[in-house]
Amino acid sequence: MKIKKGIPLIDQHDKNFMYGGKFGGNFIPETLKKPIDDLTKLFHKLRNDKGFLKERDYYFENYVGAPTPFIKLDNLTKHLKGAQIYAKVVSEANGGAHKIYNATVHCLLARRSGKKFVIGDTGAGYAGKMLSMAAKKFGLKCKIFMGAKDIKRQQPNVKAIKKNGAEVVPVYSGSQTLVDAVSECMRYWVANCNHAHMAVGSTVGPSIFVRICGWSTSQISRELKSQIIDEFGSMPKKIKLYNCVGGGSSSFGFWNEFMDYNRKQVEFIGVEAGGPTKSKKHAAPLTYGSKIGILHGAAQYVNQNSDGQIEETESISAGLDYPGVSPLHCFLKDVKRARYTAASDEDALEAYKLVTKYENLKPSLEPSHAFSVAIKEARKLSKDTIVIVNSCGDAHKDKDILEKRLGKKYAKFN
Amino acid sequence: MPNLINLAFKKVKQENRPALLTYTVAGDNSKKKSLEILKSISNYADILELGMPHNALVADGNQIQTSAYRAIKNGIKLKDIFQIVKNFKKSKKQKPIILMGYYNMVYQFGENNFLNICKKVGVDGLILVDLPWPENKNFSYKCKNKGITFVQLLSPTTSVKRIKKILKDSHEMIYYISMLSTTGGKLKISPKAIMNSYNRIKRLCPKKNIVIGFGITDKSINKFKGANGVVIGSQLCKTLTKSIKARQNPVTKLSSIVKKLKGKII
Repeated sequence: MKIKKGIPLIDQHDKNFMYGGKFGGNFIPETLKKPIDDLTKLFHKLRNDKGFLKERDYYFENYVGAPTPFIKLDNLTKHLKGAQIYAKVVSEANGGAHKIYNATVHCLLARRSGKKFVIGDTGAGYAGKMLSMAAKKFGLKCKIFMGAKDIKRQQPNVKAIKKNGAEVVPVYSGSQTLVDAVSECMRYWVANCNHAHMAVGSTVGPSIFVRICGWSTSQISRELKSQIIDEFGSMPKKIKLYNCVGGGSSSFGFWNEFMDYNRKQVEFIGVEAGGPTKSKKHAAPLTYGSKIGILHGAAQYVNQNSDGQIEETESISAGLDYPGVSPLHCFLKDVKRARYTAASDEDALEAYKLVTKYENLKPSLEPSHAFSVAIKEARKLSKDTIVIVNSCGDAHKDKDILEKRLGKKYAKFN
Repeated sequence: MPNLINLAFKKVKQENRPALLTYTVAGDNSKKKSLEILKSISNYADILELGMPHNALVADGNQIQTSAYRAIKNGIKLKDIFQIVKNFKKSKKQKPIILMGYYNMVYQFGENNFLNICKKVGVDGLILVDLPWPENKNFSYKCKNKGITFVQLLSPTTSVKRIKKILKDSHEMIYYISMLSTTGGKLKISPKAIMNSYNRIKRLCPKKNIVIGFGITDKSINKFKGANGVVIGSQLCKTLTKSIKARQNPVTKLSSIVKKLKGKII
């Protein structure tokens, strides 16, 4: 199993759409074979269509707000006295997170396919918020599936989804989080695939959704690559890219353009959600060695029991609270291109405190997991090492949790 | 050993009626009860589908989900499901049983291991809703080698070209999904339209036994007399849920509804 150079990673699958013969694929009900096949053909055609690429770039620039800033965190760097710390502030994108790229592309695809109705899942509420925003922008009807537990803990995003005119469907089954929202959304699609376009919110699900999402979020690393060269004049010798990993859409997009570099020059560090320190539950299948299983149409490392039942996860961050992980990340783990580790709820909160103390930046709980590990490691790294963290979400959505856990002082937003 | 599923279809053809297939979830609402249910409904049903409950189901509606979650909560494991089949076959050796579920459970158990035990306890057929063709080619071949019927699914979205390819790799029994829906949805199209689609497929493979399922209840079952078989699942799960709420015996409730269903297709 090896990564091929010069070929986009999303295209390095076999005829069954599996990566490394082990991850991904299409484990789906027969009814979905045709809509997925149709979407696959449409996407393949459009990604090679100059007109469509122009349209995508136009909306990324004028609607999403590309490029998002690449900034040095001077105070944090001085405080830690180790590596040079930078952030790619993807949360400056329209809507406040990276989910806007995938949402915009899905709405453009839906429009091209003639469908007037989009459906999607959401955990932290960002995928839902962005899909509802983009749907409104492009004149599409929209329905968002969200776990009842997530609806409670991510109210600001729920309100935003509703304000955009989309319907929020609460999901009460199972753990009432993202995993159940994705299942429910897929079930709805089975029954409505003739008129609804489905947008899976991350690089998970049947193969085509993994590829569309990865293709969309790769905008992040396209921007970053030229920003790095602008800043340093050439590619520095030692770069470390830290990113949180739930489903894996922001991290994949953050890394994609650097795939072919030697890992000693550009290292990828994925940070999963370790859950509360006192709990055995977690959302870190890569870190804690979960076995390969089938979830939501794809083979992947997934938290499950010996009977193949999917296990409940626990994390303070709704966006990372998913028992599985993108087949792309499973592949990157097995070929050792990326390194995966976990941060606990408490680690993430501490990191949030430190970042907001020294910098004018409010990363949501998801990227706070990545900051936690970056901060720990940066202290020990040499001054010529460039540490870059993808600050992929804004903390506004977490204000209730931050107030409860850290006090009012940390929950002030303008 | 003769193929019990084929024998069941042969028998109902002689009686000039469709086969009645029931779907109940193993372990719902307990291991013991689900075995009793199987024994009692097998007096009227021709083929029994036994669901292997899973907690991330993507093709089932609320009724079956409720049953599946209840069974998992009550502690059902795959090894218990095999035990249920084994015990059932002790008294009803000739009644065919089809296990139905999601691929991850088979995958975790190991395909070969799973099939060996299926063979040993007397499972006659398998339906895996998220292992479509061509992904199922290899597994379906393994089933054939064990003398276990692997049931291919066809849906209203399956193109004629694809249907022909699937049929080529299929065993004697095929499952036609009546409409675009998860299990247990309301019939969105008329039974007549469903039978028209059914007959189009039937003409492509007159010798295969094709059953229809999804959304069929005692209200509509008599409209599908022209099919080789009709599957009733969600209505049975719903009946079980209701009987628990009303503190009635689910075994007698299910038995009487299956008897009623049978009466409508004779």
